[in-house]
Order: sequence, then C-alpha cells, then structure tokens
Amino acid sequence: MLARRGLRSGLRRWAAARPMFARGFADDAKKEGEKAPTGQAHVSDKFKEDWKKVAPNYDLPNFPSNYMVARPPVPAAIPAKLTLNFVLPHMFEINAKPVDYVIVTATTGQMGILPGHVPTIAQLQPGILSVHDGTEAPKIYFVSSGFAFVHANSVADVVAIEAVPMDRFDNEEVKRNYAEYTQKMNSAKNELEKAEAQVGVEVCAALMAALGVTA
Amino acid sequence: MSGAAATSVAQAAAPYWRNAGMTYLSYANTCAAMVRNCLKEPFKTKALQREHAYYKFQPYADGAAQKAVVRESGAPASS
Repeated sequence: MLARRGLRSGLRRWAAARPMFARGFADDAKKEGEKAPTGQAHVSDKFKEDWKKVAPNYDLPNFPSNYMVARPPVPAAIPAKLTLNFVLPHMFEINAKPVDYVIVTATTGQMGILPGHVPTIAQLQPGILSVHDGTEAPKIYFVSSGFAFVHANSVADVVAIEAVPMDRFDNEEVKRNYAEYTQKMNSAKNELEKAEAQVGVEVCAALMAALGVTA
Repeated sequence: MSGAAATSVAQAAAPYWRNAGMTYLSYANTCAAMVRNCLKEPFKTKALQREHAYYKFQPYADGAAQKAVVRESGAPASS
C-alpha cells in the first residue's frame, strides 16, 4: 500500500518530464491521459532479501527504473516511414512526424537515415539537414551542430542548438564573417582564440557551401 | 568523451577544439552563435534574444545581504 501511494505521487511529479521521455521513442497512437507503461524496478534479489530483513512490513522503495517509461518493443517488420523528432532548445521544429528519410551531415560524412536504420548515435557537423517526404520538396535546414540518435524502432531524434531554414540567411553577412574569422585565425594569440576563430571559419565555410556562395 | 579519457589513450584523435581547451558545450554554443550572426534581419533580432543571459548572484554573510554580482550577456538593445 505504501509503495502504491509513493508510486502514484511519484508518477505525478514525473508527469511533467514524461513527454520528454515519451518523445524519445515514438508514441504509438496513445489516447490522451493514458499512462505510459512503467518499467520494472531493476533491483538485485539480494537487495530484496536484505530489505525484507530490515523492514519486513514495508514494500520496496521506488527506484528510478520504476518511473521510466518501458522501452517500446522493436516492431517485427521494418516500418514504412521514419518518425522524426527534430528538437531545438526553444522549439520542436519537427514533432514525431512520419517522413520517408532524412539526410544529416555527421562528422564522419553525410548520412541518410531511412526506416530500419541500424541504431546509431551520430555527432553532427555544422551543415545541412534535409527532410524528405514523398513527392514534396525536401525541407532543408542548416544545423549548427548537435546529435542524431536513431533508435531500433525507426525513430530518429535530431537535437541541435540552432537550425535554420536555408532562406533565412544573409549571403553578404556570411562572406564578411568568413573573411573576419579567417583573419582572426591567422592573427590569434593563443590556442583558445585560434580554436574559436577556427570554429567560425568552419561554420561560415559550411554555410557558404550550403548557400552556394563563393568567398 | 571526457578530456581525461582522450589524453589517456595516447592522444587519440581529439577534435581541434578539445585540444585547445574548449568543451563540447562551448563549441556547440559558439557554433550556434556564429549561425545566429549570419541570419537575415527580422530573424536575426529574434535569434539574438535567445542569447540573452542574465545572472544575479546575491551572497549572504551572517544574515546580511552582501553586494550582488550581476552578469548579463547578449542583452538586446533597449529602445
């Protein structure tokens, strides 16, 4: 009884965080207000025995694994579409949308993510991300840097700090920044300044390549 | 991918910013700042508002408030 009461209030406290956990793996058409399945407490049997000896009248305490949403099962057949979550700190750019495929620029090169992709964690480089769905024109974003997580159930989470559609850039500004940071890199006094300028050069060069602008 | 782990494996190919002393977070935030700088006008002001950070640190000693330290960066130009 004590455990049930603790679990219910715990679930309420964690309810605010639940959407974040739930988004990591696609919600398959859950009705509003339906509680997601909780995981089992991952506790060793020895702990359970010791607990019984110490506090025989108390149920087991709650552990973080009690509050975690159970990992959804991997479907037997590869799904037809990839579920994409494209998340920035200030907004959901794309929120659990089924798409055909996504092309991201990872540090190891460009990578296409299709449904049934092997689970991957890819560190993104400043570069282009394009979302392709059916016969629509691909939506192209420039991503500042971030990570792409592909899960076994064909859900892809792309997280970035800044991701901007390509039509929001000022070409002249990009050229000027590139020149400025190249100059700063050459005249840098210490390692840290040089690295910062090099980051600027890297981002502006990628931006210029993406926009089709030459220095 | 901590700095310590990188140096312990005989300088296993760490990225240039790690070698220069930047952490991943500072690298990612710098990249984002560069991208924001290159935006067109109406989007640029909206984006620069995201860079605004205001911290006020109020130390107390013996129950009395000491001089507060205020740090503000990226403040939007107030009209």
